Amino acid sequence: MKLYCLSGHPTLPCNVLKFKSTTIMLDCGLDMTSTLNFLPLPLVQSPRLSNLPGWSLKDGNAFLDKELKECSGHVFVDSVPEFCLPETELIDLSTVDVILISNYHCMMALPYITEHTGFTGTVYATEPTVQIGRLLMEELVNFIERVPKAQSASLWKNKDIQRLLPSPLKDAVEVSTWRRCYTMQEVNSALSKIQLVGYSQKIELFGAVQVTPLSSGYALGSSNWIIQSHYEKVSYVSGSSLLTTHPQPMDQASLKNSDVLVLTGLTQIPTANPDGMVGEFCSNLALTVRNGGNVLVPCYPSGVIYDLLECLYQYIDSAGLSSVPLYFISPVANSSLEFSQIFAEWLCHNKQSKVYLPEPPFPHAELIQTNKLKHYPSIHGDFSNDFRQPCVVFTGHPSLRFGDVVHFMELWGKSSLNTVIFTEPDFSYLEALAPYQPLAMKCIYCPIDTRLNFIQVSKLLKEVQPLHVVCPEQYTQPPPAQSHRMDLMIDCQPPAMSYRRAEVLALPFKRRYEKIEIMPELADSLVPMEIKPGISLATVSAVLHTKDNKHLLQPPPRPTQPTSGKKRKRVSDDVPDCKVLKPLLSGSIPVEQFVQTLEKVSRFLGRHGHTTRISLSRAHYGSWRQQGDVAAWTCSRRPLSTQEEAASTRRCDEPGRVGQRRAHPCQSLELPQLTPCCQRGARLHLSVRIWEAAAMVLDAQEFRE
Amino acid sequence: MDLECSRLLPALCAVLVDPRQPVADDTCLEKLLDWFKTVTEGESSLLLLQEHPCLVELLSHVLKLQDLSPGVLSFSLRLAGIFAAQENCFQYLQGDSSLFVASAASQLLVHILALSMRGGAEEQPCLQGDDWPTCAQKIMGHVEESLCSTATPKVTQALNVLTTTFGRCQSPWTEALWVRLSARVACLIERDPIPAAHSLVDLLLCVARSPVFGSSNGNLWEMVAQALSCLGPTHVGPLALGILKLEHCPQALRTQAFQVLLQPLACVLKATVQAPGPPGLLLRAKGTRAVAITPGLLDGMADDAMTVDALLASKSSCAGLLCRTLAHLEELQPLPQRPSPWPQVPLLGAAVTVLRLCDGSATPVSSVGGHLCRTLAGCVRVQRAALDFLGMLSQGTSPQELVMQVLAVLLECLESPGSSPTVLKKAFQATFRWLLSSPKTPSCSGLGPHIPQFLRELFLVLQKRLCSPCWEVRDSALEFLTQLSRHWGGEADFSCALLASEVPELAWQLLQDPESYVRASAVTATGQLSSRGLHAPTSPQHAVARQSLLRELLRILSTDSEGFPRRAVMQVFTEWLRDGHADVARDTEQFVATVLQLASQDLDWEVRVQGLELALVFLGQTLGPPRTHCPYAVALPEAAPARPLTEALRALCHVRLFDFAFRALFDCDRPVAQKSCDLLLFLRDKIASYNSLGEANPNTNSVEVSPWRRWAGEQTQPQEDQEPEAVLAMLRSLDLEGLQSTLAESSDHVEKSPQSLLQDMLATGGFLQGDEADCY
Repeated sequence: MKLYCLSGHPTLPCNVLKFKSTTIMLDCGLDMTSTLNFLPLPLVQSPRLSNLPGWSLKDGNAFLDKELKECSGHVFVDSVPEFCLPETELIDLSTVDVILISNYHCMMALPYITEHTGFTGTVYATEPTVQIGRLLMEELVNFIERVPKAQSASLWKNKDIQRLLPSPLKDAVEVSTWRRCYTMQEVNSALSKIQLVGYSQKIELFGAVQVTPLSSGYALGSSNWIIQSHYEKVSYVSGSSLLTTHPQPMDQASLKNSDVLVLTGLTQIPTANPDGMVGEFCSNLALTVRNGGNVLVPCYPSGVIYDLLECLYQYIDSAGLSSVPLYFISPVANSSLEFSQIFAEWLCHNKQSKVYLPEPPFPHAELIQTNKLKHYPSIHGDFSNDFRQPCVVFTGHPSLRFGDVVHFMELWGKSSLNTVIFTEPDFSYLEALAPYQPLAMKCIYCPIDTRLNFIQVSKLLKEVQPLHVVCPEQYTQPPPAQSHRMDLMIDCQPPAMSYRRAEVLALPFKRRYEKIEIMPELADSLVPMEIKPGISLATVSAVLHTKDNKHLLQPPPRPTQPTSGKKRKRVSDDVPDCKVLKPLLSGSIPVEQFVQTLEKVSRFLGRHGHTTRISLSRAHYGSWRQQGDVAAWTCSRRPLSTQEEAASTRRCDEPGRVGQRRAHPCQSLELPQLTPCCQRGARLHLSVRIWEAAAMVLDAQEFRE
Repeated sequence: MDLECSRLLPALCAVLVDPRQPVADDTCLEKLLDWFKTVTEGESSLLLLQEHPCLVELLSHVLKLQDLSPGVLSFSLRLAGIFAAQENCFQYLQGDSSLFVASAASQLLVHILALSMRGGAEEQPCLQGDDWPTCAQKIMGHVEESLCSTATPKVTQALNVLTTTFGRCQSPWTEALWVRLSARVACLIERDPIPAAHSLVDLLLCVARSPVFGSSNGNLWEMVAQALSCLGPTHVGPLALGILKLEHCPQALRTQAFQVLLQPLACVLKATVQAPGPPGLLLRAKGTRAVAITPGLLDGMADDAMTVDALLASKSSCAGLLCRTLAHLEELQPLPQRPSPWPQVPLLGAAVTVLRLCDGSATPVSSVGGHLCRTLAGCVRVQRAALDFLGMLSQGTSPQELVMQVLAVLLECLESPGSSPTVLKKAFQATFRWLLSSPKTPSCSGLGPHIPQFLRELFLVLQKRLCSPCWEVRDSALEFLTQLSRHWGGEADFSCALLASEVPELAWQLLQDPESYVRASAVTATGQLSSRGLHAPTSPQHAVARQSLLRELLRILSTDSEGFPRRAVMQVFTEWLRDGHADVARDTEQFVATVLQLASQDLDWEVRVQGLELALVFLGQTLGPPRTHCPYAVALPEAAPARPLTEALRALCHVRLFDFAFRALFDCDRPVAQKSCDLLLFLRDKIASYNSLGEANPNTNSVEVSPWRRWAGEQTQPQEDQEPEAVLAMLRSLDLEGLQSTLAESSDHVEKSPQSLLQDMLATGGFLQGDEADCY
């Protein structure tokens, strides 16, 4: 089992998990911090931005002055902004079978992957994730396409030239792979490959693994994923929250007993408490507006904005600000506000219950009704007629490089009465503000990140107890700026395995078992012999039949009669033709020794996980016809699932020999993992003999019938 | 005992010994005991027992019963103890599963021991153990045996008995007792773990406090010293504190105790102090240069392994230990016998470090420090304790630079978005205390030289906090503002910084806060600012609304639906009237008339009481201040009244003060009536003094006394001004003293009588209702 790490951004992950012959991409985040190196795209012609001086080398060489501009000591690329994609060279992305999406922020690179890598698989995501993700993509495309910019700079990306540039351009990574934004057509095509799923829905992948989305509590429709086979379980935890904001609460219980837990998407501001930050936000907003200043809130069109509006709904009246207009400007503002109200089943309990009342789940509906909140697709059109100051404007993009926010920064930046309040934690606010310097406007940094902090993570890990934790390397050491804060890192035993961009991790696995079913007629033929109170054994000779990663023990072929050479061999439909079995070794089982071994192994295994397995180690005299290597047989005594119970009842009804002990038809055997021969769709016929033939351990209690 | 009670007693005793009868509750029994105690103090117990054989029957009966409730058993034992204090000897019982019984038995044991010793040993004060009376021998044998037991509960009981003994009895024989037992107690300290450590600490402190031992008890001090080094951090703190509170105690022991007390803070400092460089603690605060703090007492203290273990064991153990330590030191600081020199500077350093650990900005230099950092980050409980402690340290003298650092830490705490409302409240309190103690310089500014800059930053923070969405924060910010302006309202630096901020404006706006507590605090704050002439600078936006704070406060008094803001308005008005606020002085009579009318109609009794207080102030201003009642006060010549009595009375009538006072006299809320009574008594007294000065007595004989009930009645219609003559007649006709004494009796004085108690208990048992047959 391997993990290919395609993104180094801890909250915008993109990893590929190879697990039991399937290739699963976990999230598809797009690192947009690369856009901070570019000049803003002004919606309205900005003389200031267009007259910035070109940048020249120290020796006065100005050959880059068309591509690079200088503003207040910083150098920016004057071009259409570009994004840093996940690694595409580390693994052949056309072999990815499925992509699992956790939340709408973690799917922004999807069109790059699905449209340009030969990807032919399926994408799984919840409905709100898809719908709001579509809005985010639509907004992004709209922001960039509506300011056509002819120039596309590429000279500076030359490695020899980049070396000469000032920081941070000099240190930008993988600039050659940076790409322009996708088109709406690519977005639509990418989204058409998505299959919608609901929380706790079980999705079978080629019979080998099952994937299940769980509520993660972070955003509308946000999920964590369980990827499991019969005996292995991998949990993928992405952006999750334990706070009681609008989404459904996080499902923690289902993450229990994982062999591996991949942990990403923790809070980016571990020292800031979201409640305190909301308080800061409100206080600073009120102080500005009371003085006649305007407040600008650069934000995404969905997510924290719902909570901020709800908070303001309660606050503005008490602060005597009811007459101050709130504006929400985004090409998708209307859809975002409406979507939030219709995804009732994805909301927290408190909001869900409002569906049965004549009031909408979110109070922003009332703000709209009472004309306190107004939304517009852009600053052009109706907005310019309605615009009143002082006011509060929510608009994108939080990077301050494109979108309507650029206009407001230019408009309000010169007055110290106005305030820009940063609430989104994805971008460094100082870097975001760099091309607007010098700036008279007040800047307040109140990042609101509701994702898990390290205290919550440590509680979560204690609760769900995974055998191994895998996380981005940033989480295994304190933040660089606070190197003494040993509390700001993941603290677990064994220590978490860390990954970085473009790294391949071999994940440790202790359990290597497969589930094998026994055909009823074969089970019927077994005659267990009680060798010790409570323990019975039966020998079994069978053929192992494997198809679509399912294994079945069938009755062995009747040995073909040695015939004279000219007679034709009878063709058997049921039982595959096979060569004559090697003669059985004769002798008796050393019962006492055998049982002791069984008990020892069962005690050992009983400590690990809830499945009690009895393993017959070194029980291998037979041969795999093709593989020839069996390390162990085991017999499971785990409780039967409902499905298995039903099957068992059905099979038990079949006529059996009266008065004779029958093996429990549903008793399952486990074999070592068959990885080498489990190619998807391959057909394998293996005949197995174990010990002198084969041994089977049955629980005496199951013979009470 | 009165007759009625004597009559009820036998029935009650019957109820108590009858297991079928429910006994009301333990509180009743406690009250009954209290009553018996009073009775036995007044008359002979022997006589009481002779007159009430039912009591003896009760006691003897109780001993025979098997299934008696522990409550009644305990009651009986204690009752027996009360009688035994005069008469003699009962059986004892100890180790009962019920805490009541165990405690009662233990107390009884002490009584008996003391009695038997007094009986036999009074003439031979230094009696040796062998010569003790049999009873005392027996008890001591039992205690000794228990002390050697391996069962902790038995040890605890024995220690408790001894603690009670040394606490109650201070006769010379207790010294002999200690000599006999001290070896056994010393053995306890040598055990690991020390059993019943809490009780052991109590015993040691009790013995140490006992005057019998004087100051020369080397054996005791050795034992205490040993306990200080052996006890775990949980128990050693109270012991150390207790020792430091002792008036006489060897200096070496005091030093040891103080070191023990400081140990946790020393650990914290050590784990966070930069190792290289000059010895001491470097404290850094934003914008100030680092100052070396000499650890003094903390220097050279070895790390105590037990303390470090407790700090590292768990979050709760670490927080608990630090909170207790800080509380102990806080308790010690103001005491005259506190250790000297008091390590003010290192303690300040420790408090600041703890705060820095809580907000995550401390720099650990060891693995212990790293662990502390992880444990304490965001720990609100420790943060609050450290802020309390820091506030208390403001009383000591600290170097100016250190003061600035403390203020910087406080400012950061107030500024931090992560500070919880309770932490903010504590931070406001601590900041206020530090400002209060800031060194006064003889320069033109009354405040310290750095204070103006600090105030400017403080008001920026306050401004933000006044806009907080959390009402608790707005409330504590307003309270803080009130305190500040009350103390420094007159200082130019202060008012300059305040008026340069938006704080007064925001305080004004909070008069309309949706939360009533906040409105109340806003009323107090704006009232205070207004008294000091610190009006919000007018901005055109709110110019109309701001025309007069007086008008705004009157609006709140007449329309606010909650009591708190209205009470606050009344307090502000009273203060304004007392201080001669400009808005009030413009037309005082009109002001008083309006306020009294609103207050008299208020549904909240506290508002009405406050209204009477305001009336009293007005009375004082109209008729002269109240006379001092202290008989030894220098008798000042009576100041000439401001104006003639008739005129003064007419003014009082004009503001309808009498309407209000007479009606309040019969208010359904007792405090209102009491206040009104006091007010009228004061008035009568004043008039009498006028008369004594020889002013013409208004002719009242001819006045027909209208029924004074008219005032007390519900009439609310405006009526013509009362004539002063009628008022005087009214005053004379009232038995104010009688009324005052009636009102002084608590409303439950009937319910509190022993007769009522006995009746209640019997009623619970169903006896007074009589016929049991009725139940069927």
